[in-house]
Amino acid sequence: MATVLILGATSDIGVAIAKKFASEKFNIVLAARKPEYLKPLESDISIRYKVDCTSVAFDALRYEAHAIFFNAILPKPDISICVFGILDEEDLAFNDWNITERMIHTNFTGAVSILNVIAKYYITQRAGTIIGISSVAGDRGRASKLIYASAKAAFTTYLAGLRNKCFKENVHVMAVKPGFVYTKMTENQHLPEAITSTPVEVADIIYKAFLRKKNTIYIKWFWRYIMLIIKIIPEFQFKKMKL
Amino acid sequence: MKKQIANWGNYPIITSNEESFAFHEQLQDLLLRKDSFIARGNGRCYGDASLAETTISTIKFDKILFFDTTTGIFECQSGLTLDQILEVIVPKGWFLPVTPGTKFITVGGGVASDVHGKNHHIDGSFSNHILEMEMVLASGETITCSPELHSDLFEATCGGMGLTGIISRVKFQLKKIETSFIRQKQIKAESLEDLIRLFEEFHDYTYSVAWIDCLKKGAHFGRGILILGEHASLIDLNEKQRKDPLQLPKKKQINFPFNLPSWVLNPYTVKAFNFLFYHKNLKKEINHVIGYEPFFYPLDAILHWNRGYGRNGFVQYQFVLPLEAKKGLVEILNRISNKGLGSFLAVLKIFGKQESMISFPKEGYTLALDFPVKKGLLEFLDELDQVVLQYGGRLYMSKDARMKPEILQHGYPDLEKFKDIVRKFNPDGKIRSIQSDRLYLTTN
Repeated sequence: MATVLILGATSDIGVAIAKKFASEKFNIVLAARKPEYLKPLESDISIRYKVDCTSVAFDALRYEAHAIFFNAILPKPDISICVFGILDEEDLAFNDWNITERMIHTNFTGAVSILNVIAKYYITQRAGTIIGISSVAGDRGRASKLIYASAKAAFTTYLAGLRNKCFKENVHVMAVKPGFVYTKMTENQHLPEAITSTPVEVADIIYKAFLRKKNTIYIKWFWRYIMLIIKIIPEFQFKKMKL
Repeated sequence: MKKQIANWGNYPIITSNEESFAFHEQLQDLLLRKDSFIARGNGRCYGDASLAETTISTIKFDKILFFDTTTGIFECQSGLTLDQILEVIVPKGWFLPVTPGTKFITVGGGVASDVHGKNHHIDGSFSNHILEMEMVLASGETITCSPELHSDLFEATCGGMGLTGIISRVKFQLKKIETSFIRQKQIKAESLEDLIRLFEEFHDYTYSVAWIDCLKKGAHFGRGILILGEHASLIDLNEKQRKDPLQLPKKKQINFPFNLPSWVLNPYTVKAFNFLFYHKNLKKEINHVIGYEPFFYPLDAILHWNRGYGRNGFVQYQFVLPLEAKKGLVEILNRISNKGLGSFLAVLKIFGKQESMISFPKEGYTLALDFPVKKGLLEFLDELDQVVLQYGGRLYMSKDARMKPEILQHGYPDLEKFKDIVRKFNPDGKIRSIQSDRLYLTTN
């Protein structure tokens, strides 16, 4: 049985992805900053799906520990899914460098640090899949998501580059760009029901795309076209808009 | 997030600030941060028991913590729904010790309502099968209780509508089954008297329930169908069923996509429905072996069936009368029949003896009826309340959206004791609902 590593397993999307892969008979390694939070999910997955499920401590911002963290995981995961990310109040972030820096480092630097470690291992094995959860926000910079969107843009670009680097080594890299999703992150926003997904839908779509070895997916599919329209608005016009 | 919420009856609808949590620590943090709130599961109580200005949704707190397939001991977080439990336990030869008529309730909601099933006269209510549970109090303190440990908290929590604290974890004993099928017997009863006689005659059956046509007058007043059931053994199954005796039902659900206009349910259509329901059974008695789903959860097959009552919603009225008060049943059914307010479903069950502080069940007959909300209904239900009290009965808080405090007071002799315990564990009334305020459980 293959093993999946979920980085950021306490997030709503992380939980849903873990359950989806477990239901397809993958063993699961859950990783999060507070592994004690993961114990209930660990028992839940083992009892429901009768697969091996373990949890480990992982802090995206402790770059120096990332190699040690990955070396300690046995057996090695065949698929690594990077789900963690944070969205802080952008106005607060703009006025507080600590918040800005934490948002950039969690969403981008930390992800690059751990995925570099994992990619290097997969290249030596000439096998493996990396899935990164980025965001549609990264498709175009705008005022209301100033820091979050730019960090996610960088992450999307990194995933594209990594895919290119790893292709000839038989390592696949998939970028996932969810649009609106009902999660803890968006709990206080009013989201339009018609274009908002649930974490369970996100997990189902990711699993299908994984089977088909997709490169970049939008969730749901129409977000590709929504973002296309947003991307083609000329900048002289876009800069005047309130988005 | 602020949103419009209502429970299953779609009455009342309120604007509430809904918060959720997925981890124990987040729950403690929420409790300290919020001024007042009530816990809410899957919103399957009917009225306002889990409605408040701030609601704390338990539905992300839904992990299975322990399941011993040899002893049938099961433990989970309170937001887990019964349908998810069934998917895990049935293939292993276990069943819920007690289940209400829908599997879409959470375990926490089941404890707070102390739900009963068709087997109350044999197995009691859900709380009779709880080994222990964990609560987070208004103070943020976590405390474990059971019939032996902090028994006052335990007793006041079973059926206590969530007012003693947030139920976080429940450990309970499952029931062993040999197959996932039910041996069902349906018997037509020509009148209410006939029905009650049949209930007494078949008292030994584990599961029993009756559907009553409450609009029928004259000699066939109170005619209905008694439905009895036992968990089937291997020898009861046919060849096809025996291939996979612990199989789960196939997922087949129909959705009720919109609210029916409220004029659709009128005395004529309800009469027609009841006529068809009664006469679909051509024979006096039918026996067959069916899956557990159509037996226990016939209405779950139609998602959002509550929309059938229209946008104004409906009130479910469920009361229990002592065994000797059969006259009261007749009187209430008579009043409904005369009023023509139209109940789609009328469900009659029998309760066995139960010792409880605030749980609804007590020995007797319990009748549940649905009434679409319309002018004059609330006044009419107030009249029925008086009849229920007069015959020594009481109402089910889980279904309630309109009862007056004195009706609760008279129906539950241990109410003051219950209120004292609520005050002990929830001293500032931080945990409160629209219902608890209306019924003076958390005010004065």
